[in-house]
Amino acid sequence: MDTVSLIIDNKPVVVKKGTTILEAASGIGVHVPTLCHMKLDDLNIENKPGGCRICVVEVEGRRNLAPACCTDVNEGMEVSTHSLRAINARRTVLELILSDHPADCLICAKSGNCDLQDMAHQLGTREIHYKGEQSHYRKDTSPAIIREIDKCIMCRRCEMMCNEVQTVGVLSAINRGFDSVVSPAFEMNLDHSECTYCGQCVAVCPTGALTEVDHTGKVIHALSDKTKTVIVQTAPAVRAALGEEFGMEAGTLVTGKLVAALRRLGFDHIFDTDFAADLTIMEEGTELLNRLGKHLAGDKDVKLPILTSCCPAWVKFFEHQFPEMKDIPSTARSPQQMFGSIAKTYFAEKLKIKREDLVVVSIMPCVAKKYECGRDEFKVNGNPDVDLVITTRELAALIKLSNIDFKSLPNEEFDNPLGESSGAGVIFGTTGGVIEAAVRTAYEIHTKKELPRLDFDELRGMEGIREATIDFDGLPIKIGIAHGLGNARKLLEDIQAGKSEFHAIEIMSCPGGCIGGGGQPYHHGNADILKKRQMAIYQEDSNKSIRKSHENPYIIKLYEEFLGEPMSEKAHHLLHTKYFDRTE
Amino acid sequence: MPEIKLAENTIQLIIDICAEFENKESELINVLHKVQGKLGYLPAEVQEVIAKELKIGVARVYGVVTFYSFFTMIPQGEFPISICMGTACYVRGAEQVLAEFKRQLKVEVGESTGDGKFSINCLRCVGACGLAPVITVGGKVFGRVAPSQVKEIIEEYREGCVVDDPKTV
Repeated sequence: MDTVSLIIDNKPVVVKKGTTILEAASGIGVHVPTLCHMKLDDLNIENKPGGCRICVVEVEGRRNLAPACCTDVNEGMEVSTHSLRAINARRTVLELILSDHPADCLICAKSGNCDLQDMAHQLGTREIHYKGEQSHYRKDTSPAIIREIDKCIMCRRCEMMCNEVQTVGVLSAINRGFDSVVSPAFEMNLDHSECTYCGQCVAVCPTGALTEVDHTGKVIHALSDKTKTVIVQTAPAVRAALGEEFGMEAGTLVTGKLVAALRRLGFDHIFDTDFAADLTIMEEGTELLNRLGKHLAGDKDVKLPILTSCCPAWVKFFEHQFPEMKDIPSTARSPQQMFGSIAKTYFAEKLKIKREDLVVVSIMPCVAKKYECGRDEFKVNGNPDVDLVITTRELAALIKLSNIDFKSLPNEEFDNPLGESSGAGVIFGTTGGVIEAAVRTAYEIHTKKELPRLDFDELRGMEGIREATIDFDGLPIKIGIAHGLGNARKLLEDIQAGKSEFHAIEIMSCPGGCIGGGGQPYHHGNADILKKRQMAIYQEDSNKSIRKSHENPYIIKLYEEFLGEPMSEKAHHLLHTKYFDRTE
Repeated sequence: MPEIKLAENTIQLIIDICAEFENKESELINVLHKVQGKLGYLPAEVQEVIAKELKIGVARVYGVVTFYSFFTMIPQGEFPISICMGTACYVRGAEQVLAEFKRQLKVEVGESTGDGKFSINCLRCVGACGLAPVITVGGKVFGRVAPSQVKEIIEEYREGCVVDDPKTV
């Protein structure tokens, strides 16, 4: 292996050839500040346009300063990251960026989580010496994402996410010079574009230019309305990340404290989307076995592979990009929408109240869920199955606003009947989890035998595309997994070309799955956080006494009392959906 | 943005041009260049067809169209007038010539007259610096243009008595 020896801040360093100055410095504990640069290790995601120039360092013998993020090391290089010249340049660059940035930090949605604000703090900026023109753009509000482009610093992380990682291609840099900005085509609003609302642009935006639509105010209003019964469901990935908002170590499971906090906020019943995830498995798993059975019997009309349909950004993606394949994904609604549907029928009947008097609030790691709950097919006479969706971050804000000391809360339990879940429901929160949950149930229904093992390590991990063959007692089931819509696109193109051999494919839009969702606490480019959340999810699964969806006693009861059996007419009506061609 | 319905043969023309460049994303600029050469401008609907053919987001196409001043989304006049703002032309009074064109035609740079006859654009150097200031109308080059000649040039085209062979006046 070729190595390079150099000196950084008077310390000798030996690194692999091809290493950047930034990486080499980081290896010896010298953290050169960066703004546009972002690298998510193991996910193959990197943004280094070298555009912001915050990371400039002085290289002995080099005429100009070098951007550390995109300059490779050379043999014998002498680098100073904090020479007078480097510090001056860095501060000047930052001041120039700030001179075209609204200074409304006190009331900005990103305050406290803003990389630009942190940079001004780190560089000790106390004055902006440059006064010049400021750019002004209109605010763009969509069902899920707000673009406040006055705050854009052209780091182009969002553009990289939207184009290279997600291959959605909605955001692009337009115009030139001072007028350049990241925008949808023709400066249209996001809701007129093919945006999937995956929220990965929000997840990586260093400033307040891209944020989620804030529904915390509406939740507070609902909670204070005495005529309404307000119930809440919380998605699996939320419990593996919420603690971070309160200074807890990434990967700390806070399920019990989460329940306690929701109870203190005043929700009438604290339920779990994991319950609905178990329900999803009953429906989707049965659908898989039905389609598989017919396919094996030689029915040419039955299409395989079956694709999961839990992720609303993924659903919108194929409706725009692959409308001719809209009959391939499972017709099962997402867990959020299954929960809403059951809550406003089965549970409302139990409470003997009208659906209009029941408010269903979701806590989601996702911004696309805000869009999903507003889709017309999930409303009955104009009343939505899920009324309000707030993200993990918004929940944290609500907890802080309500003077709740999160860390000292006791562990409490979910309410019944919609709060009990299996470990299979929990793992919906990570890439690979939905299909593993489906395998646990489909195997036992198909073979009528008990699973010899519950952990399917071959389905787990962070690789963008994974595949495995699971032996269903002599019947090999080929499974594909993709996370990130660009990876999903590859599998879809294989299907289109007739090259796919999979029986079932799981797709999640966000890198890492829901744990890396656009509504989660900001990872600030640290991919370790995602891995720790993933470990927490599997930990929660192992801790559960019930780990298969079909063994959840409240699911069994729901079918006995209300739905009949999976894929029954009633289940079809309440738990399944259809997809639309959105290219027209 | 007014919506335009593209004619079938226009769509086919764009598809053919994209195919000529093997529908490669890397050929986007060449495709745009050729399509604008044929149609005179690149309205949103045209960009959408190109994006679809090259399998890229329409935002990316729009990004390139708005980056290069050569590309335009506004229909050009029957006689597109380009005023060279390169250094040589600029110092020899191109700005006054431009101002006179704007005054006479009552349009801004990038716009067309109501009758569709004229449009004004600026460009950087046509390689005839010795003749500065230079303007072009359609394919024809006019050198050493003084503001006082502007009215005359416009009248010539308006009356339709200009022959098409490029020559210097």
